[in-house]
Amino acid sequence: MSMANVLLVDDEVPFVEAMSRRLKKRDISIVTSFSGSEALDVLEKDRNVEVAILDVKMPGMDGIETLGEIRKRFPLVEVIMLTGHATVETGIEGMKLGAFDYLMKPCDMDVLMEKLKEAVAKKRRHEEKIIEARMKDITTRRA
Amino acid sequence: MTKQHDKQKPNNYYRLLTRNMLLTIIIVSVMPMILISGLILYQFENSYQEKVHAHLKELVLKHKQNIDTFLREKLDNIRFLGISFSFDELKDEDFLRDRLAGLQQVYGRVFVDLGVVNSEGIQVAYAGPFKLGRAVYSDASWFSTALQRDYFKSDVFLGLRGLPHFIIAVRENWKGEKWILRATIDFVAFNNLVENIRIGQTGFAFILNRKAEFQTKPLLELVPDREPYMGFLRDSRNFKDGVRIVEQDNSTGHKIIYVAAVLKHGDWLLVYQQKASDAFSDLGTTIRITLALILMGTICIVTTAFVLSRKMVARVAKADRENELMNDQIVETGKLASLGEMATGIAHEINNPVAIMVEEAGWIEDLMEEEEFQKGENLAEFERALKQIKTQGRRCKDITHKLLSFARKTDSRIQDVSVNALLEELIMLSEQRAKYSNVTIHAALQENLPTVRVSESELQQVFLNLINNALDAMEKIGGNLRISTQMEESHIIIGDHILIEVADDGPGIPTVNLAKIFDPFFTTKPVGKGTGLGLSICYGIIKKMGGNIEARSVIDGGTTFTVKLPLPKSEEGNA
Repeated sequence: MSMANVLLVDDEVPFVEAMSRRLKKRDISIVTSFSGSEALDVLEKDRNVEVAILDVKMPGMDGIETLGEIRKRFPLVEVIMLTGHATVETGIEGMKLGAFDYLMKPCDMDVLMEKLKEAVAKKRRHEEKIIEARMKDITTRRA
Repeated sequence: MTKQHDKQKPNNYYRLLTRNMLLTIIIVSVMPMILISGLILYQFENSYQEKVHAHLKELVLKHKQNIDTFLREKLDNIRFLGISFSFDELKDEDFLRDRLAGLQQVYGRVFVDLGVVNSEGIQVAYAGPFKLGRAVYSDASWFSTALQRDYFKSDVFLGLRGLPHFIIAVRENWKGEKWILRATIDFVAFNNLVENIRIGQTGFAFILNRKAEFQTKPLLELVPDREPYMGFLRDSRNFKDGVRIVEQDNSTGHKIIYVAAVLKHGDWLLVYQQKASDAFSDLGTTIRITLALILMGTICIVTTAFVLSRKMVARVAKADRENELMNDQIVETGKLASLGEMATGIAHEINNPVAIMVEEAGWIEDLMEEEEFQKGENLAEFERALKQIKTQGRRCKDITHKLLSFARKTDSRIQDVSVNALLEELIMLSEQRAKYSNVTIHAALQENLPTVRVSESELQQVFLNLINNALDAMEKIGGNLRISTQMEESHIIIGDHILIEVADDGPGIPTVNLAKIFDPFFTTKPVGKGTGLGLSICYGIIKKMGGNIEARSVIDGGTTFTVKLPLPKSEEGNA
């Protein structure tokens, strides 16, 4: 099993390609999409995705909108926002909507890896808790 | 050249404005004054003339009555004498002398003599100072006229005695014979009646007969031109109320007022004449006073208009200059704003390619870790090149981020900010760095300053920038950084404001550069050290707050940045 299942969403194709190559090399399984709506489709099909890396500025459905949609339909998927310029506002807005964190573009790979690890850990912890709860539920029922 | 030309134009414009204002004020003020004064003067002149005319008319009429009365009275005296006594009685010279003495006792020496003349024209009796007994009057012109009338008053004539006099004659009948009682009226007494009419310096009266001969002695030696009197004599029958007033120029060019009245049933004419300038001397004085007043008023108005228009135009010019200054500032702000917008756009556009480049470089770096590359002879060189790409990528990132913050809306929440507290915090933060640069920070903050309503983080950014710039300037040599705040009253554009000064005693900024320090991308720092955005960001922020930022600098004397922050309009809420 890879270190993490990540969905990378950005309208800049070369950026997505370069990024995914580098992440793959770091033992991360990655799926890509080039717009917000496409990202939602991918999430629909591929239930393995644990973390989504979302560019804020995209044509059509932008990062904030996509984030809202993801939180609604796939609440367990953690989201890391990528902003062109760090503004407290977009950051705060993203966090309010439930993003895990936000990073400035271009970002340092080490920092990104760090955030990814944290996000995946959080997501897995969540899942574990849910599984535990279910198991408890089942066991108590049996008992 | 163009600038000079531009400056020349307003000067002409203001001169024209001054002139127009001056003319308008003068015309508007002087015209009514002259019109009103003129109208009043005209009315006054008319009524004054009427009054003078009426007065003269009255005077002449009264004297005419006096003279008529005088003549009638004298005639009546003689008639009474003629009726009361018979020819026989009066023929007696002693008796006649008694009568004359009686008359003279009652009337004074008006009656000069008495004479009794028979129908042949021989004076049969005479009483008086002249030796005229037995004088023969049969050829005298008055005698034939007197013989045909009941009574008769003659013109003035010299007669036998050779002195000017006139006579009153009464015709009576005695035993079918006509005889005449004749009295001589003293010329001097009669003359006094007229001579007493004396007004001003040129007003006098005299009496003319139908041949325009003087019946009294005119006071002034001569009246050369008889023409006007002849005119009066010609239409003396048509005088209204028996008096006529005429004003005409005489041969010497003076305007003369003539007042004429008929005497003795049209035989004589009482004429009063006076120079108009004399008669209306009061009017002349009034006109002179009025003209003097108008002149003085005009001088006052012109002076006032001159001073006033000068002042007004100076004020207008000042307002224009301020307006221009404000326009310049607005243009500057607009320029910076559009530059900011452009910068934002460029930053966004550049950021993505840079991100891709950095990622690709990272990818190469990742690949370099593979074993096959580790053996390559140029490995170190590759690594160095990649590191450089990453470093420069980061630099691009820094630049774009700073560009974006030039126009971004960071924490732009407006709140009450205490400038002093903010500065103290910044000073504390900068103290460590200042120590390394051997700079001492002096703070002179005026206490109890009101708060300003701005975004705190933006204001922080501004002063951090200014302090950092000052520290940079003094990095090598050390020095003093002075930060002061104080309240300032009313500025034309921003009103009451807080004045903050950040002054260093570093090397200063050359004048050439001083004009450009707020322009984006202007920097004197070595490439890679500064972006040239710091001060233009400060400028943008302060302008957005409605304030003002200025720099002045002296080479080797240091640089002072002056920031003015406007206070909120209603001060009660922030006290």
